[in-house]
Amino acid sequence: MILTEFKPVEEILLKLKDEKNIFIIGCCGCPEGAKTGGKEVLTDMKDKLEKEGKNVTGILEIDFLCQKALIRSRIKPRLNEIKNADSALVFSCGLGVQAAAAVLNKICHPALNTITFGGITGMWQGTERCDTCGDCILDYTGGICPYSACPKKLENGACAGQSNGKCETDPERDCGWELIYNSLKKIGRLDILNKFIPPRDYSKILPSAELRKTRLWALDEEEMV
Amino acid sequence: MEESEKTTVEESKFEKALKSGKFAVTSELGPPKGADIEEIKEAAEILRDVADGINVTDLQSSVMRLGSLATCHFLKEWGLDPIFQVTCRDRNRLALQSDLISAYVMGIRNVLALTGDYTTTGDHPQAEPVFDLDSVQLLWAIKTLEEGKDLAGNDLTQKPSFFKGAVVNPGADTEASYELQIIKMKKKISQGAQFFQTQAIFDAEVFKRFMERIRKEHIDIPILAGIILLKSEKMANYMNKFVPGVFVPEPIVKKMEATEDKVSMCIEIASNLIDEVKPYCAGVHIQALGWEKHIPAVVKDLK
Repeated sequence: MILTEFKPVEEILLKLKDEKNIFIIGCCGCPEGAKTGGKEVLTDMKDKLEKEGKNVTGILEIDFLCQKALIRSRIKPRLNEIKNADSALVFSCGLGVQAAAAVLNKICHPALNTITFGGITGMWQGTERCDTCGDCILDYTGGICPYSACPKKLENGACAGQSNGKCETDPERDCGWELIYNSLKKIGRLDILNKFIPPRDYSKILPSAELRKTRLWALDEEEMV
Repeated sequence: MEESEKTTVEESKFEKALKSGKFAVTSELGPPKGADIEEIKEAAEILRDVADGINVTDLQSSVMRLGSLATCHFLKEWGLDPIFQVTCRDRNRLALQSDLISAYVMGIRNVLALTGDYTTTGDHPQAEPVFDLDSVQLLWAIKTLEEGKDLAGNDLTQKPSFFKGAVVNPGADTEASYELQIIKMKKKISQGAQFFQTQAIFDAEVFKRFMERIRKEHIDIPILAGIILLKSEKMANYMNKFVPGVFVPEPIVKKMEATEDKVSMCIEIASNLIDEVKPYCAGVHIQALGWEKHIPAVVKDLK
């Protein structure tokens, strides 16, 4: 199971500061186990956003948000709700946020931080990679993780090592920032790249004591027989 | 606090040269693999009368060597003005901040902030790549130290002060990488960069196009064009194949191929290139890669 925890509501509201219409999308896989997903969580966020004067264009739960084919089939009847939204707020691990961003063609704000893969991966079957950094910034990078797509983990743009869109570490590896640029260009949001991203907070990669007490981790330690 | 505010830090020789409006020349030295500093002293002596500032590379190409900080300290002792190159590859934010303060107390005033090549490109491919900060964040860290704080917000007993530089690549070859160079350059300026040195150029037209774009973006900052002394056609072919962002046009390769006298041709190519870019920039940064003794001939018409 992939363990996630909530981003502080203040951080989410800051992300949505300049946006009015929000589409909420959540994964029913791992987040339900980690209690960071499910109907209650999503409707609770809807209420919070509406209290802040936002308009929630729709809520959608998908069994495994890390599966792009599944997302495509489930959003078909809901395209208007998505089109009417300025952005999507995604309750899932980093893989789900990346998969949603690849399909929705909208800025996908992560509502959760991904802490650890906890030994078992979810249903992930695509090209997305999550670095479980605990400090998700996928909405600033067009739904492509700079920590897993760029070997140097650069947050403010490409280095000078790329050549023909490929990485200096491997001529067959795409430059992560080339992908980020093209992804943001596709949705007309290159303006986001002007924002200075401060250094990542590495203290967040350590799961908190509270998280280590979750049911799954506790069961792991319990003497049954 | 009051006392430190009163302290005025003298401008470095390099900063003065750039501000005076003269066409500045910088060059660079790569510290040796080992503890013998005689070789670097010889090269430094050649540069004494031709360079306004001397970059000291920081484990260039990810190869383990004598450190940039110690070498800068020696240049300073020998009466030269070093430009301390700092990459993000090998040190986390604690070590970077500490080395910057160390540089300041040694009297080193010029800093060049770089990302750094990836570890696998060098002679210790097994090493952990650090990259705790990126080059924009490194400039932000320097700015923060100059404001009397560390990155955790703690007060410093005295503020360091630097003349801060960064690098830009005018030869990025895709739309995304070119635009990202411009975007990142602006971010570097907003985080305190005061001058730029470019990746090596061989095609003056590429450089001119880049400078036109810079003007359109209303970017007004001293830029030193990067010049590599080309030693042979073999070196040109190697760079075209393996060095990202560097492109030697065919006519230059042909010229090199056709001559027996590689040194004269090297000087001619570099001097011509400098003549062509001179109207567009604040100076040149010459990488001689062991051919320091030919730099005086390359820049003699600039005097």
